[in-house]
Amino acid sequence: MAMSMAVRAFLLLLLFLSFTNLSVSLYEDQVGLVDWHQQYIGKVKDAVFHTQKSGRKRVVVSTEENVIASLDLRHGEIFWRHVLGSNDVVDGIDIALGKYVITLSSEGSILRAWNLPDGQMVWQSFLDGSGASKSLLTVPTNLIVNKENLILVFGRGSLHAVSGIDGEVLWTKDFAAESLEVQHIIQPVGSDAIYVLGFVGSSQFDAYQINPKNGEILKHNSAALSDGYSGEAILVSSDLLVTLDATRSKLVIISFQDGEINFQQTSISDVLGDSSGTPVLVSSKLPGVFSVKVNGAVTLIRVTVEAKLEVIDKINSVAAISDAIALSEGQQAFALVQHGDGKIHLTVKLSHDLSGDLLKESIFMDNQRGLVHKVFINSYIRTDRSNGFRALIVMEDHSLLLLQQGAIVWSREDGLASIVDVITSELPVEKEGVSVAKVEENLFEWLKGHILKLKGTLMLASADDVAAIQEMRLKSSEKSKLTRDHNGFRKLLIVLTRAGKLYALHTGYGQVVWSLLLPNLRKSECEFPTGLNIYQWQVPHHHAMDENPSILIVGRCGRGSDAPGVLSFVDAYTGTEINSMDLAHSISQVIPLPFTDSTEQRLHLLIDGNQHAYLYPRTSEAIDIFQREFSNIYWYSVETNNGIIKGHVLKSNCIQEVVDNYCLESRDIWSIVFPSDSEKIIATVTRKSKEVVHTQAKIIAAEEDLMYKYISKNLLFVATVAPKGSGAIGTATPEESWLTVYLIDTVTGRILHRMTHHGSQGPVHAVFSENWVVYHYFNLRAHRYEMSVIEIYDQSRADNKDVWKLILGKHNLTSPFSSYSRPEVVAKSQSYFFTYSVKAIDVTLTAKGITSKQLLIGTIGDQVLALDKRFLDPRRSVNPTQAEKEEGIIPLTDSLPIIPQSYVTHALRVEGLRGIMTVPAKLESTTLVFVYGVDLFFTQLAPSRTYDSLTDDFSYALLLITIVALIAAIFVTWILSEKKELREKWR
Amino acid sequence: MVLTLSPAHLLLLFAVSALLSTSLAFQSDELLLDDEEFGLEGGVHTKSPDLTYTRSSSSPPPPPTATRRRPSDQDTDSKIQFELHHAFGDSDFSPAGSFSARLKSWSHGGQTLTKLRFSRNAFTEEEKEKFSLLLKGDDFYSIRLPSSVTNPPGRDYVISSVKARCLLREGLDEHFVIHTDGVNILAVNYGSPGACPYPRQLRLPSKWSFNSHTILKNSEQAPRAPVFAEEIFGGEGVEGEVVPPQERSFWAKYWMYLIPLGLIVMNAVTQAMNMAEEQVGAPSAGGQAQQPAAIQRGSSSSVRRR
Repeated sequence: MAMSMAVRAFLLLLLFLSFTNLSVSLYEDQVGLVDWHQQYIGKVKDAVFHTQKSGRKRVVVSTEENVIASLDLRHGEIFWRHVLGSNDVVDGIDIALGKYVITLSSEGSILRAWNLPDGQMVWQSFLDGSGASKSLLTVPTNLIVNKENLILVFGRGSLHAVSGIDGEVLWTKDFAAESLEVQHIIQPVGSDAIYVLGFVGSSQFDAYQINPKNGEILKHNSAALSDGYSGEAILVSSDLLVTLDATRSKLVIISFQDGEINFQQTSISDVLGDSSGTPVLVSSKLPGVFSVKVNGAVTLIRVTVEAKLEVIDKINSVAAISDAIALSEGQQAFALVQHGDGKIHLTVKLSHDLSGDLLKESIFMDNQRGLVHKVFINSYIRTDRSNGFRALIVMEDHSLLLLQQGAIVWSREDGLASIVDVITSELPVEKEGVSVAKVEENLFEWLKGHILKLKGTLMLASADDVAAIQEMRLKSSEKSKLTRDHNGFRKLLIVLTRAGKLYALHTGYGQVVWSLLLPNLRKSECEFPTGLNIYQWQVPHHHAMDENPSILIVGRCGRGSDAPGVLSFVDAYTGTEINSMDLAHSISQVIPLPFTDSTEQRLHLLIDGNQHAYLYPRTSEAIDIFQREFSNIYWYSVETNNGIIKGHVLKSNCIQEVVDNYCLESRDIWSIVFPSDSEKIIATVTRKSKEVVHTQAKIIAAEEDLMYKYISKNLLFVATVAPKGSGAIGTATPEESWLTVYLIDTVTGRILHRMTHHGSQGPVHAVFSENWVVYHYFNLRAHRYEMSVIEIYDQSRADNKDVWKLILGKHNLTSPFSSYSRPEVVAKSQSYFFTYSVKAIDVTLTAKGITSKQLLIGTIGDQVLALDKRFLDPRRSVNPTQAEKEEGIIPLTDSLPIIPQSYVTHALRVEGLRGIMTVPAKLESTTLVFVYGVDLFFTQLAPSRTYDSLTDDFSYALLLITIVALIAAIFVTWILSEKKELREKWR
Repeated sequence: MVLTLSPAHLLLLFAVSALLSTSLAFQSDELLLDDEEFGLEGGVHTKSPDLTYTRSSSSPPPPPTATRRRPSDQDTDSKIQFELHHAFGDSDFSPAGSFSARLKSWSHGGQTLTKLRFSRNAFTEEEKEKFSLLLKGDDFYSIRLPSSVTNPPGRDYVISSVKARCLLREGLDEHFVIHTDGVNILAVNYGSPGACPYPRQLRLPSKWSFNSHTILKNSEQAPRAPVFAEEIFGGEGVEGEVVPPQERSFWAKYWMYLIPLGLIVMNAVTQAMNMAEEQVGAPSAGGQAQQPAAIQRGSSSSVRRR
């Protein structure tokens, strides 16, 4: 009985879902038609080659995006890849037993082994430790204890010996009490003992000799360094360390042979001759040799048996030096990379004999890739039995290249794994005379294609034909054209990466159209350059045919927010830098103003750390335009650490020694002070400046009523939590944690709505669109995530419903809207449970704002879920009336449904998802969605289906043939009837 | 000046001050000593009694009342007073009036502000001049309150500003919305009670007196997510949703079948009637009428052939 009831209920639910048809899913053969997906790994930190004679040649890499990947050495493709979380930083990587990839992560507390061929995890060990320290991973090749290969890990102040086979921790030796700052763990060849070498405090060197069987300390020596040390110590041979003293003027050689520690100090100027600049030890592992870098020049110094220093070579402008690798005859080789005249020079030398080069190659390199940051080499046996070398190099723009035989075998644009900001740009307008010829040329192809399609529709196609149709659909040349299309599907996605490089990606297949390593972020005087944001600088409408749009890139030189800013102006079509500026002031905010000058350059206001405003472009015309609107410019600033939000207006020109018309002082006109003991700002969200709202009125058919959306560009959503509840979920009890949300007018500082969710906490992800906010948080009482919606309506216009008033003109619909008027708003709100935790939320944008909206939710599984906004409607009730149902109100449920078909990313995952961006296409029904993280994903969405266009696979040929057939039929029947009539007349 | 007064003294003081002030300025006739609380929860009741309405004219303001403690039997209630400062354009802030409120301590430890009253100092001649300048320059008139009422100014002052021209009605209308959280003031929203559309006209006030409205607002409680625990087990709700469609009438449900059926029936009926007509007419006239027609047709064709 109950069973049948349940079945019935289920069937009803299904029926209901099939009727509402809220999800716009896609068929299997439509995958890849409008979407593309690219996989990246990020900037490589460490690489280990695995090139045994049999099997695939591969390289295992760990990256700064916390990815562990195995790459094909022949093509650079990813065999397998694992993205560890952002709080699980990879510290070390190695190969053990010839079949496991060992990774150490999370500050030396998690050790994992992955199966080399397929990347499956074999084992994982959590290593406990009490202190914090540098973490080291050592995989000795021949240390076998009780028939087990040991892996030595130093992490969190303890040394652990882990079995390589199953990850069992065999023993642990705690060094936290000694506060040892470990430098090296070594196991000299032919010795039974393990040495742990490190510094204690600022001037004491300690060497521990440890029994590998049980972790007992066999011997402990320590000695004081008279002048301290700086930086790290380089292991030159199995009993010698080299470091610099605290003043960086002397080289200190530490020998710890036979348990005795000896120091030997040599002044750098004695070794290198007179040289200015601070010397840095290069951390490359070379046997018997170490290298010092001074002013870009590297000096290789050999340490002889008697611990004498001997300069063997001095090489200028060295970009990178690799570690030494063992060759067959007991020799060791290393690679160094130099730059020169648009090429890179790769040299491989034997470490004991630097006079001769094993290999010397020059490779032409695209200068948009910048300098070489890292090099890893690997040797192979050539067909003529000599040693060949391949080098994996990591460039300044984070790209990864494999060099072999003087050529670039493959390259990967891994800078795209760390996108900072995205904007879109229109493509050039199609010039006349170009397209027509092309169509005529391909007329036959075009016809053939349509006949194939026709066959497909009429189910006459063979398997080959079906494959051809599919391929044709995927590879239509229309998609990758570099001109504007009628529907606005083709655009340029201009992305700024963490490396300070700009890429323009075509929305067709995501191919790179141009790239630019920003020159003014690479200058030597610019330390720690960071790219911040991209803005549209100039979008020509009047001269769209002969002028290119340009973009503004805002960056900063230095780490703090008070570091001076840099501006760069780049042509969006060609990727050339038009102009650049080094600013004297810092940049804390960039405000694109809604005014453009006669050349259609947008006016921007840059706010510095002292609340001075600077106007760009610096032209007198701009200042004229600006003066007109001077008193109508308001902005706000959020001091997250202080818990204060302030509103500002412009006051006067800056009072400085040098008169600067473009510098303006500001003053505070309002402030909101959140009590520091009960509220802490965790999220602020505003509406998108380019959003288009179709109508202000919302018809409520059920009550035959009309409501007016409160639509203001100056609304700010702020979420605060109790300070206790600002930690991770589970650290606070429901009683001591609450979440308060605010809607604030940023012109007057008015709080329009304020609401508290008791027993809830962050993280809060929110999206603001039209007159509503949707936000996601955690409910501690229900132990679930929740999503809430707030919609605000304008009551002051609510009495404009009388038709007579409208006819007689006694309405206030046309009255101007002012923030200074006292708002009469009503806010409606509702909350629902939501299963997933969320990484990002966005909403679809369309050209005119008519199409219904979908929320795009980046889930914890790195997928994007499209959820209809109708599910988050405060008017939902448990039993909607008939009228409400007709209006499209969904019966209230306690949780939001997750319909598997409504995943925008279908079967794909956008690993490390960080952001979602939506851009309207010209076609009202369609919106373009770009999702970025470690991977990139792009697709087109039609939240209400494509009601305004025919689908791509619409058969024009069938339509044509039908029309032709009809016309023919008309003629035939006409002739027949004529004949018949004639016959009739002759009768 | 801190005084500790008994209730009797208090009454006396108020009687005296009321006598003094009634002749000069309007004072709210609300009895101060009543203990019933006005609900301040939520800020929805805009017209609720916590909106105090004060009018001050250019008369000297009532003497400032000192902070007092109530007698021990009503220990949870305490009077509190905090100052309003104002600034004209870029000038420094100066005292402009004072708020007095009752601080109610709850048994669970929280404190809330209730019964806010406001007394505004009238503009001095100098201030009037400054304000006129603001009106001419369409500049900001700013006010500020301490962010904590127990130990002002707290962490910082909360500031609010309005274009001076917006305050102008007949006199000067001002509207305070004070957002509080316990003893803390989060924000104050200051402005005119009505609309203030953009091209703001320059007018000078006919009389220099303030009409002040004040509202205290606390945070609202957010609606909880609905929980349908019983429906998961009972399945009653799903069953209940099926019922409303059955209430529709027979016609509403089957009109799409009924109309074609009706058409078919009508068609059939008319055809049947036509048939009946023909059959009725056929035996009487059919035999005779058809014969001559055939003859006629035959003759005409024969004529044409000739």
